[in-house]
Amino acid sequence: MSAPEIVLTGLRKRYGATLALDGMSFTVRPGVVTGFVGPNGAGKSTTMRVVLGLDAVDEGTALVGGKPYRSLRCPLNHVGALLDAAALHPSRTGRNHLLWLAYSQGLAARRVDQVIEQVGLTSAARRKAGGYSLGMRQRLGIAAALLGDPPIVMLDEPFNGMDPDGIIWMRGFLRSLAAQGRAVLVSSHLMSEVQDTADHLVVVGRGKAIADAGVNDLIAATSSGRVALRTTAGPHAMAVLAHAGATVVATGSDTITVSGLPADRIVTLLNRSVVPFSEVSAHRATLEDVYLELTRDAVEFRAATPTEVTR
Amino acid sequence: MTAVTTAHPAGRRTTRDGFRQVLHAEWTKFRTVLGWVAGMGVATLLVVLVALLAGVSSDQKGSPPVPIGPGGEAVTDTCYFVHQPLAGDGSVTVAVSALDSSIPQGLGDLRPGVVPWAKAGLIVKESTRQGSPYAAIMITGGHGVRMQDNYVNDRAGLRGPVSAASVRWLRLDRSGDTITGYAGTDGTNWAEVGTARLSGLGSSVQVGLFVASPQVVDGMGTTGSVSTAAFGDLRLHGGWTGGEWTGELLGDHSPSFAGFPGNGSGSFTQSGGRFTVTGAGDIAPAVRETLPTGGTLNDILTTGTFAALIAVIVVGALFITTEYRKNLIHVTLAASPRRGRVLLAKAIVLGAVAFVAGLVGAVLAVPLGARLARANGVFIFPVTPWTEMRVALGTGALLATASILALCIGAIVRDSAAAVTSVIGAVVLPYLLIANPFMPASVANWLTRVTPVAAFAVQQTLVQYPQVASHYTPYQGYYPLVPWVGLAVLAGYAVAGLAVAAVVLHRRDA
Repeated sequence: MSAPEIVLTGLRKRYGATLALDGMSFTVRPGVVTGFVGPNGAGKSTTMRVVLGLDAVDEGTALVGGKPYRSLRCPLNHVGALLDAAALHPSRTGRNHLLWLAYSQGLAARRVDQVIEQVGLTSAARRKAGGYSLGMRQRLGIAAALLGDPPIVMLDEPFNGMDPDGIIWMRGFLRSLAAQGRAVLVSSHLMSEVQDTADHLVVVGRGKAIADAGVNDLIAATSSGRVALRTTAGPHAMAVLAHAGATVVATGSDTITVSGLPADRIVTLLNRSVVPFSEVSAHRATLEDVYLELTRDAVEFRAATPTEVTR
Repeated sequence: MTAVTTAHPAGRRTTRDGFRQVLHAEWTKFRTVLGWVAGMGVATLLVVLVALLAGVSSDQKGSPPVPIGPGGEAVTDTCYFVHQPLAGDGSVTVAVSALDSSIPQGLGDLRPGVVPWAKAGLIVKESTRQGSPYAAIMITGGHGVRMQDNYVNDRAGLRGPVSAASVRWLRLDRSGDTITGYAGTDGTNWAEVGTARLSGLGSSVQVGLFVASPQVVDGMGTTGSVSTAAFGDLRLHGGWTGGEWTGELLGDHSPSFAGFPGNGSGSFTQSGGRFTVTGAGDIAPAVRETLPTGGTLNDILTTGTFAALIAVIVVGALFITTEYRKNLIHVTLAASPRRGRVLLAKAIVLGAVAFVAGLVGAVLAVPLGARLARANGVFIFPVTPWTEMRVALGTGALLATASILALCIGAIVRDSAAAVTSVIGAVVLPYLLIANPFMPASVANWLTRVTPVAAFAVQQTLVQYPQVASHYTPYQGYYPLVPWVGLAVLAGYAVAGLAVAAVVLHRRDA
């Protein structure tokens, strides 16, 4: 097998009137956790189904280690995936679920017990999966993804339904998988879930990748040095700062976000115009901001945003 | 990177043949869902329980014994017999100048009618015991001259009906165990019709004239008949020398004889060489309508098999539709991207389990049900061990094929309720129609040729005889197709289902 990575090139997929994928292209590299974020309906799950050969694309190629998934002999030894933690037969035990999967790849039962221990499911493994909590199902799904000890791991919304302990465990777990040299692709519709885990981000909207970069590069690119200002004289302050060339947004009854001017310049301007203010703080963009910025056009139903005042 | 790609976990067992892995996985899936295993167990249980019920609920206590022919088959052995014992080899000849039959029209009102298999002629019979070996040459009501022996064998001779203007001469020769029948139109020129070997014939046999008049098919039912024949020039030749002729109705109280219509009775009158003989009944293999008290393996098994069929259809459909309902199919097809193999593996696992369920059910049900039925006085139409084995194997194959068909429909429609209803509908509906005694034979036979219920033919144990007029319908236990061909009809549906399912599984997004 060549380099353990996923390479997607120009994927297009139409379901009836809906264009689910519209030129989706990106690469998932080994040794890092790649966050795959975007609003619901942006094409994340479809992309993952295409990678696994479950859905056929109208155009483009999806290669796993240089080969189409459907040509792999024991695919779970190449790619471990968790698409839907609820994809279980409720009256089959967790262990038996892993057992048939293991047998399908020519793996022995003792590998099943190893992964059960690895995800911390030993005590529940011989109970019916129908009685599992969502968090337990997620762990069982992770165990299934690890069965073949694959160099590529792909998880769709793994944080869904996890309690805080589970989320912390999951983050550490994903980092350790990447540290072992595996290519890890983790999707989420919430940036906050992946921001502390991912090294690399692929942001998707309307069926294509709209950003594909390292986390730090993304923040640096979007961060335009905003400043948060708390003042009781909002309109006065906005007028002064806008006049000086800044973009000013009222974000609350007594809070204003200023961009385009550094914090010390703002303090000088406000003091000169005798505008009272109680707090000025430099604001470095978070991934959440980056995400919102990038996906603004891609979100199909968007909440009303604060009014923006520019000169 | 190398650390990941080479550090495979302990316990990897890579087999060359990927299909065995898929098979192993599907078998594991099947056996780890209690409901499916239980469903197959229920199928076995239904076959056995319904058989026991059939055995317990039947009651034919006190019915007279059913005559059994030399070949082991149930026979009807009733006729009016004018006979005398004759020893050694010899020959007998007679001229038949009339054979007239009557059929009841309404209550007790006998009217002349055509009874195609009314028989009048010469017979050599080992004894007057019911079911004893015989050979006979006869003129029939609608099938010309026939040579018949030992109930099941039948050969055609001179064609055309008999009348005063068209007299038929009949002749039987005995030479040891060999009986040869001849026919002619003048009493001088003889054409051989056939030869019969009757093993174990003693030196002394009963020889004479007989008249039989079997039931005739009358609309949806059958009705008895009575026939009278006029014989002349009855002569013994060769080593046989004549004595007194005695007449009697053979098999008067046989369960396969419904009695004389219209309160009639058998008789004969003799004046010189002229005889007028009136008889009823038949010397022939017993069929369902002539032996209504008889039971078959079909009766013991079919209802239970039908119930079991519903169980295996449900399990068969759920084996794949549950995966669709739970999105588990994504996991399955991601693990085994060669989808046709997954379908095939599922079909093999399901078919094997359903086959065992049916086989075990039949192997237990047949002897238990038959024993109970016999204890209640029911006569079970005898079958050979091979037939019994075919019925048991066929029952397993029937359940296996039906469950595979359900699996395929499940794979195509991807919905449990739709798959179960459509397959059960395809089996239940025609079954209910053929189980209706008032269904015309043509419709019932058509249904059992083209619909999945054709496969029930694999459980039939009764044989149709062209020389016995009867309603040979599925309701009576007679299927238009031979057992394995009937099963092949269902298998055809299953194979077509597999092909369509494989194509759509391959083409559609999972």
